[in-house]
Amino acid sequence: MNIDDIKREFPIFDDKIQNNDLVYLDSANSSQKPRVVVDRIYDFYTKEFSNVGRSVHYLAVAATNLYEQTRVSVQKYINAKDKDEIVFTKGATEAINLVANTFGQKYLSEGDEVLLTELEHHSNYVPWHFLRKAKNIKIEFAEINDDGEVTLESIEKKITNKTKIISVSHLSNVTGAILPIKEIVQLAHSKNIPVLIDGCQGAPHLKLDMQDIDCDFYAISGHKMYGPTGIGILYAKKKWLEDLPPYQGGGGMINEVKKEGITYGELPNKYEAGTMATAQVIAFNESIKFMEKIGIQNIEKHEKELLDYGLEKLRKNNSVNIIGNPKEKGGVISFTIEGVHPHDIATILDEDGVAIRAGHHCCQILHDKLNLPATARASFGVYNTKDDIDKLDEAINKCKKIFNL
Amino acid sequence: MDLKDLYQEIILDHGKNPRNLGKFDNYNKDAKGNNPLCGDNVHVYLRLNENKKVEDIAFEGHGCAISMASASIMTDMVRGKEEKEVKEIVTDFLGMIKEKDSLENNILKDDEKTKLMSLSGVKQYPMRVKCATLSWHTLTSALDNSDQIVKTEE
Repeated sequence: MNIDDIKREFPIFDDKIQNNDLVYLDSANSSQKPRVVVDRIYDFYTKEFSNVGRSVHYLAVAATNLYEQTRVSVQKYINAKDKDEIVFTKGATEAINLVANTFGQKYLSEGDEVLLTELEHHSNYVPWHFLRKAKNIKIEFAEINDDGEVTLESIEKKITNKTKIISVSHLSNVTGAILPIKEIVQLAHSKNIPVLIDGCQGAPHLKLDMQDIDCDFYAISGHKMYGPTGIGILYAKKKWLEDLPPYQGGGGMINEVKKEGITYGELPNKYEAGTMATAQVIAFNESIKFMEKIGIQNIEKHEKELLDYGLEKLRKNNSVNIIGNPKEKGGVISFTIEGVHPHDIATILDEDGVAIRAGHHCCQILHDKLNLPATARASFGVYNTKDDIDKLDEAINKCKKIFNL
Repeated sequence: MDLKDLYQEIILDHGKNPRNLGKFDNYNKDAKGNNPLCGDNVHVYLRLNENKKVEDIAFEGHGCAISMASASIMTDMVRGKEEKEVKEIVTDFLGMIKEKDSLENNILKDDEKTKLMSLSGVKQYPMRVKCATLSWHTLTSALDNSDQIVKTEE
């Protein structure tokens, strides 16, 4: 694959940003959008718009078909058994909230335990914390090791006969650690514990096969997969979606509504109340096609090359300290510079068009454990090049110069 | 935008070697502040004597060069001032960081005002304004005996 050609498909790189060529190293936060996705939204609103699943006029039927086509594309992309196992949400956050809320309602009671890890993003902790408040459940955290990994053993150590669900990240947005999710699922299932995978960082970068992983739930963020904001996916095994109560009530999710009672709709409508992010769902099909055209194996290979190059380069840069050293690692490099706060790093890098993120990356539990208030993070997407990493390295040197290091 | 406006020598100096960093025993007012966006936090301690004068002031915390320098310069400025004067300086400073071109109070000397104006560079960096203002809001909270932790986000 030719990266220059791929990069040209992203309009954001056409123009200078603040007089600089954009070096976008914040894809773990949100990826840029290829032209096909942007155009699809425009075309839908200008030529094809209608609400879906309700009216019978031409536009409504056509829009409904397009909307459902994305569901089938996602099903195939992640190799789910059934298209009804794909639920559209407003994001991965909502997907996790949906599971925590409905599973919690039905299966969790006082003293039950939910097992997370110290790596989790706030979106895979706060929804469970709500249950801790409402139902007096306990939350346990599998510990990270010195390399910033969570091993199968550290998960196993925290499983008790009170553990009712395990919810873990596929790929850490800070250390980049890829968790052994298939093994975790096997272990959990041997003890009859369901598993939710937070796939925000996994889905954009790794090959996904739901039937092979065999997890019960998998949460996906659309805007990190070159898709629009406002769209996420909850993959859930059909048995769970049939078994769990609905999440939000409203139009579209019902079967029959009477004064004396209500019956709920069939899957997948049961979990899609109200008017959904129609244009975004339809445009997300273009993101899937875009990734399929390049091939996830090629994306993985490219990002691994960038990662190896970036790690080598930054390790040679004195006073740069890289956070974590996982054996299996995705395209994320979190770092600190001795004597320069990450926010100052980010502001100085930005001056040269190098866009990174600084802060706790919504992982305060992890940063507390690492005893760091904040880190700087460079994360890769399919459009990044080794040249971007060279520019990052140069900008870091400038930063050191300003701070007289 | 020019980085030199933001990272002036005085900011780098106070950021690296913050004055009044730490805690002293006989403080009678204190407050905490934090910035949930980045996890930075500050704890301001001060001793107000019977004449409502700031006898001593110090802070604990960690943050970027801007926030550390701001807290450092602030604590230097308000020591020895009366509560009323401190509040006037705080209001003046926050006004300057938000919109005004200069400081208008008659309490600080010209060289002190110049020192404070070194923080005015953050105006060009809207995401960084909170770094400069956190310790000032926290100081106000300490004077007002507020039990609320100051947050930059609501």
